[in-house]
Amino acid sequence: MSMLELRAVTKQYTANDLALNNVTLNIEGGEVVGLIGPSGAGKSTLIRCINRLTEPTKGSVTFQGRDLVGLSRRELRKARTSIGMIFQEYALIERLTVMENVLSGRLGYVPFWRSFLRKYPPQDVQRAYALLDRVGLLDHVNKRADALSGGQRQRVGIARALAQEPDLLLIDEPTAALDPRTARQIMRLISEICEERSLPAIINIHDVNLARQFVKRIVGLRHGEVVFDGLASELTPAVLTEIYGEEDWSKTIQKGGEEADAENEAA
Amino acid sequence: MSDTTSNYSDSWDRRSRAERLIRWVLWLVFVAVFIQSWRIMNEDTLWFFVEDAPRQFADISSRMWPIRWSYMDQLWKPLWDTINIATLGTALGVVIALPIAFLAASNTTPNAYIVRPIALFIIAASRSINSLIWALLLVMVLGPGLLAGIIAIALRSIGFVAKLTYEGIEEINKTQVAAVTATGASSVQVLDYAIIPQILPNFVSTAIFRWDINIRESTVLGMVGAGGIGLQLDASLATLAWPQVALIFIAILGTVVVSESISARVRKALI
Repeated sequence: MSMLELRAVTKQYTANDLALNNVTLNIEGGEVVGLIGPSGAGKSTLIRCINRLTEPTKGSVTFQGRDLVGLSRRELRKARTSIGMIFQEYALIERLTVMENVLSGRLGYVPFWRSFLRKYPPQDVQRAYALLDRVGLLDHVNKRADALSGGQRQRVGIARALAQEPDLLLIDEPTAALDPRTARQIMRLISEICEERSLPAIINIHDVNLARQFVKRIVGLRHGEVVFDGLASELTPAVLTEIYGEEDWSKTIQKGGEEADAENEAA
Repeated sequence: MSDTTSNYSDSWDRRSRAERLIRWVLWLVFVAVFIQSWRIMNEDTLWFFVEDAPRQFADISSRMWPIRWSYMDQLWKPLWDTINIATLGTALGVVIALPIAFLAASNTTPNAYIVRPIALFIIAASRSINSLIWALLLVMVLGPGLLAGIIAIALRSIGFVAKLTYEGIEEINKTQVAAVTATGASSVQVLDYAIIPQILPNFVSTAIFRWDINIRESTVLGMVGAGGIGLQLDASLATLAWPQVALIFIAILGTVVVSESISARVRKALI
């Protein structure tokens, strides 16, 4: 059995518009999947349906052998603690410190009084320091989140998700708000971390080249339906036309390949 | 160049002919209604008295002179009472307003069909009654004194603070709430980590602004017996002691200026 199984997941916001239409997808342990597709294809809706920030209209989401769709509020909270999420605009609590933001990843594990008094268990604090060291922010522990740059904020977002000790990462357009260089650094950090911990992840990404460069398996979504599921190397102009529509894709793919080569040489 | 642009029209109007005509007619109607209303409202005005106004004003002003500075000895205590009424009343009002704001905001209310309308009704009731009228009622219920003033100020503040706060709660960034929810946090934890930090600056500045308003409102509460400097103002007006009235005006003005500068400074420091 796969670690995560989506069966015929459908999401309908309005009467005649399906955001997701019968999406079926399996993700194995340790696998990183890049979800590509045009704006409005349902990428965000799909990952939000997994931890039920958005309720799916139909279908089942089986995570570690349990169907999340049927869970009660209490059971859902418990299940959410093992699913980390990283957001496009970082979604940090701007007025709280970096440390509070990272520790908020532990909210599902600690009682209210501990979170209210900011008295987290010693092992949580220690883990938070270790994670901040891993993402390179050990010098910024007591800064307010709104005092950091975009790249630094996304690193805090990553540390918060990892503080949950998740078994799955849901990553929604992690680089959309970042410049190209920072975007690459963040993508590299995410893929390294997933590899270190053999952590499975679903990454929504609209930049085809970034996806090809950092992710092995690609799922293409169009109008809420899966139209491609294969290796990044199989992304041909014909496939990209199927996902995004008619365009001259030959240059995109070529350029992407060269950049990937340059990256490898630099490394 | 001129050949390529000459194909395009050289006239552009923000509004069509019909729209301009409608706007012109609406303005005409507005002016006509204003003039007619002015005539009806002032039917009973005795223009003889109005013409006399500058002379009367000069007369009262001259009677205020010289200002009776020695009266200040009797004003310090009621002035201090006035500030205390405003401060304690604001504190009490703010403490009650915060939970009501959460019950009234559409995104945090526990129940949109029963609880929210009740909270909104409390806000509307508090806002629709002036603190002077609250004070009048409370003096009858509680008897004259500071307590009536404090509660009057608190009752008036609840609606103001709760309304501005719940509007702030409804405008918070939803992604931050989603992010904290996604960690498996309980709803109180979401409140504590995602919602309160976002509304805190707004809430604090609303509370300080209300305190600033309350200083001014509490200066008149004494006129109905609810304590503070208004009592002296009422007594001085009743005995036509204009030099004292002038001093009271100066004292109130001074207090308001000081409270305004304090509130501006505190707001700046906290945000």
